[in-house]
Amino acid sequence: MSGPTSRLRMLAVAAGLFGLAALVPRPAAAQGSVVIYCGVDEAWCRAMATTFEKQTGIHTDMTRQSAGEIYARLRAEKDNPRGDIWWGGTGDPHLQAAEENLTQDYKSPQLGQLRDWAQRQAERAKFRTVGIYLGALGFGYNKEDLARRKLAAPACWADLIKPEFKGEVQMADPNSSGTAWTMLATIVQLMGEEPAFAYLKRLNANINEYTKAGAAPAQSTGKGESLIGIAFQHDLIDVAKRNFPVQVVSPCEGTGYEIGSMSLIRGARHPEEARKFYEWALTPEAQKLGALNRSYQIPSNTATPVPPEAPDLSRIKLIEYDFATYGSSATRTRLLGRWTSEVKNAPR
Amino acid sequence: MMRVWLGLAWAGLVVLPWYGLEAPLRAISALQPEALPALWQGRVWLWPLAIPLLMAIPGRPRLLALSGALGLAWLCIEGLAIGHRGWGAPWLGALFGAPGPTQPALGWGAAVYALSCVMLAAIGLARQGWCRGDVFVLGSLLLVVGLIVLFVGFPVVSILTSAVRDNAGGFAPDLFAEKLFNSSIWGLDCLVGTHACGVAWNTLAQATLVGVLATLLGLAFALAALRTNLPLKPLLRLLSLLPVITPPFVIGLALILLFGRAGVVTNFLALHFDIPRSRWIYGMPGITIAQLLAFTPIAFLVLVGVLGAVSPSLEEAAQTLRAGRWHTFRTVTWPLIRPGLANAFLISFIESLADFANPLVIGGNFNVLSTDIFFAVVGAAHDQGRAAVLALVLLAFTLTAFMAQRAWTGSRSYTTVTGKGDAGLSAPLPGPLRAACYATVLPWLVLTVAVYGIIMAGGFVVTFGRDNTPTLDYLWTAFSIERGVGGWFLSGSGWRSFITTMELALIATPVTAALGLLTAYLLNRQNFMGKGAFEFLAMMSFAIPGTVIGISYILAFNVPPVELTGTGLIIVISFVFRNMPVGIRAGIASLSQVDRSLDEASQTLGARSFRTLRLVIVPILRPAIVTAMVYSFVRAMTTVSAVIFLVSGEYNLATVYIVGRADVGEYGVALVYSAVLIVVMAAVLAGISAVVGRQKIGRRGMLAADQPVVVQA
Repeated sequence: MSGPTSRLRMLAVAAGLFGLAALVPRPAAAQGSVVIYCGVDEAWCRAMATTFEKQTGIHTDMTRQSAGEIYARLRAEKDNPRGDIWWGGTGDPHLQAAEENLTQDYKSPQLGQLRDWAQRQAERAKFRTVGIYLGALGFGYNKEDLARRKLAAPACWADLIKPEFKGEVQMADPNSSGTAWTMLATIVQLMGEEPAFAYLKRLNANINEYTKAGAAPAQSTGKGESLIGIAFQHDLIDVAKRNFPVQVVSPCEGTGYEIGSMSLIRGARHPEEARKFYEWALTPEAQKLGALNRSYQIPSNTATPVPPEAPDLSRIKLIEYDFATYGSSATRTRLLGRWTSEVKNAPR
Repeated sequence: MMRVWLGLAWAGLVVLPWYGLEAPLRAISALQPEALPALWQGRVWLWPLAIPLLMAIPGRPRLLALSGALGLAWLCIEGLAIGHRGWGAPWLGALFGAPGPTQPALGWGAAVYALSCVMLAAIGLARQGWCRGDVFVLGSLLLVVGLIVLFVGFPVVSILTSAVRDNAGGFAPDLFAEKLFNSSIWGLDCLVGTHACGVAWNTLAQATLVGVLATLLGLAFALAALRTNLPLKPLLRLLSLLPVITPPFVIGLALILLFGRAGVVTNFLALHFDIPRSRWIYGMPGITIAQLLAFTPIAFLVLVGVLGAVSPSLEEAAQTLRAGRWHTFRTVTWPLIRPGLANAFLISFIESLADFANPLVIGGNFNVLSTDIFFAVVGAAHDQGRAAVLALVLLAFTLTAFMAQRAWTGSRSYTTVTGKGDAGLSAPLPGPLRAACYATVLPWLVLTVAVYGIIMAGGFVVTFGRDNTPTLDYLWTAFSIERGVGGWFLSGSGWRSFITTMELALIATPVTAALGLLTAYLLNRQNFMGKGAFEFLAMMSFAIPGTVIGISYILAFNVPPVELTGTGLIIVISFVFRNMPVGIRAGIASLSQVDRSLDEASQTLGARSFRTLRLVIVPILRPAIVTAMVYSFVRAMTTVSAVIFLVSGEYNLATVYIVGRADVGEYGVALVYSAVLIVVMAAVLAGISAVVGRQKIGRRGMLAADQPVVVQA
């Protein structure tokens, strides 16, 4: 047998051995494991998973996806759930999942320590979910770009449909992003459905792209790929904190907000560990990890310090967001269908 | 032989855990009843599985073949009829009463039992004289067919059935028709009004544009490389390898950094020439440029092969007959390379249809089928039926193009190099054509270099174009190593996906190569019934777009009888069956150069086919084995479209991680990770060619006309 052939064989054997090593089931931690579907920023997700693993010895298996994707996943897997707990992401899909009985009801002993909006979120879902943070909607503009164009700074939702912003506004697609769905629901609640769709149609002329992820418009605005981006204020603040010229705006008409939530998945394979994670995630110690990882939402436990970077709720006009109506499947399906056919697919 | 397989079949029934692939050991230790072998389950419908094994009597080949077939048949029937929540089909519930018995997903016992049944059937048939009585040939044939049916056929059928159902799972042909003929797919409003066109037309227009342009560019490059004295050849060879080792979406990313609204070039033009900034790159223009950068090298490889096969003596003959340069090119060279052009066009066309990553990154509001399929599944609308319908449309497009390509290249030979008296020199290009070639090739080279420069360097500055201070922050974020209490550990966010990707790619590589070459051997060296159909099936998985594979795997393998989602196995399987055709083509190309008399000599000396394969053919196939292994490894490392549906927290992959970073705008980490991947793959390529002999791989990469064409979808 010639030299190269035997070397080739060695190569194949080495590859095979390496492969076999990987096929052998990974050692399961003695403390069990928990599969987390995480709906917030990657860094925060990772910090939550690793800190929990460090403190409890429970092996964590974390997947980060947008809230809409996780909801879709839960539905796809409902006959055979793979995840144990769904942590984070905007509250509406959590409410929808609760309504469709995809998640498990559970009353935490810590419920009393939570801010009232977090408790109300739990009540709405018959305790199938619970609020873990609050984030206000808004938009941001690129200061440098605006100065260069010598345009007046937008301050209200109404400013965004001005003709000078044609092709300059970016938002996510509400079909895939919880952020954009919150914006759609906010506009409908602020203006009433018919005027809201008239507004959205005019806004459509100014939109340069409907992105998939909710935080993408904030990033684009920071990089100057878009002049204005509609997003949650904490996402915009995060971009601004990284030295991008972004000014965060809280719209003058008032704005909606999300209640980031957490749900136990029904039929989970590791219900015990999931509950442990649930309890741990409500503690101030765990909630502090948000600000440490540049996520500046308002945490739900009253004992958790509010990060100084978080939007000051006293200076924001929050609307009375009707989560019961706008978190229900029926309303959501109807409004999304209408938005897709009348706004997104409309002529430009 | 037969006793071994019979014994294994019994072991599958009596010894191995029948249910559950995942961590069966843990289940056994917990004494879960599901982990018991089939016959101790107390599930009555499993008992008939033993009957075929009792029937298998050594002296009765016909009975043996029958028993194998019966065992498999009953396994399929009971597996599909009894699901994990009762009857597998509503009519069974109506017949026998709901909810019916339940069972979890099949496990190792079932796998061994099925394999043994296939082998028993093969032995039985061989003893009746099929395939000249060669058990090895028949066994591998049945095995490959079985695997293809399970991992290509079954998922495609699942898509078909899912397309005609509503979200609740009921049969809804009206809904199917409504979805299929929906105006969002076929609308032609963009021609008459201001509405956007249907996504099917978008996709076709995009693919046609890219197909034509990639062919023309590839031709310009091929002419420049072979018919001018531009010192380009080493550079072109390098560039033609680049797309193979580039994760597919980073090209789109680099284009945004260059030509985006705040891109470097845009900034420069706005500052110095007052050209207003715009987002023109998002949409069709951006997708087109990105795909051209990715697919032109493939068209180039095809055309270099074809152009190199045009004998100079024909052109010299034309010139001797006083034809001018232009006349020679038009009447001799051009007709001879025409089939090559068609081939290059169709390959670029198929690749563009299947491309998922570039439209995702740079598509803006321009929708194509591959991304629409993705959003139909992951979007909040979550309409698997729509995804399946879109997948069917895309599948119809690619298969049509695939068959057209086979028809074009299968029946014609335009090769004129005969090996006899080919001493002539190729005719130089006519002047205007040469000028046109230079004018195309040189700017394109500049663009390519700029794009790859950004990919390699963009992750090492703070914000490319805005703040060019060098930084290692992104590299550190993704690949940091820290010292903790328990010693050194990999704390970077990218390590996990990186290691998983390497592991899974390395597992898939030998399997892909082995299966591909075995199939090539069967196709090239054996004659059997239905060979054409078999070849078509085997090569078809190449034409199925990755997104379609991904969605069909979810549909087919999320619930019993075969439950694989969330495991590393499903990713490995998707790698194997997507990349196997590369091994098949490489194998067939090499085997056709080896005369059959070698096999015959070996067989005359008394070796059976397995021995011949092992001692004669495999050593000859060494270059093909290397090609197949290299490409299946590299493709596994860089693919994104299929696996984006299949990854889980435990098994996340590098490409999916990068797409996620790019999606939320963290370009620094995405670029640094891509650069690391490119460097690693280049090192692997260089390492393998150093180990097994560089020359052969090199020559294959450049010259062979029927070189397996490899790109990402």
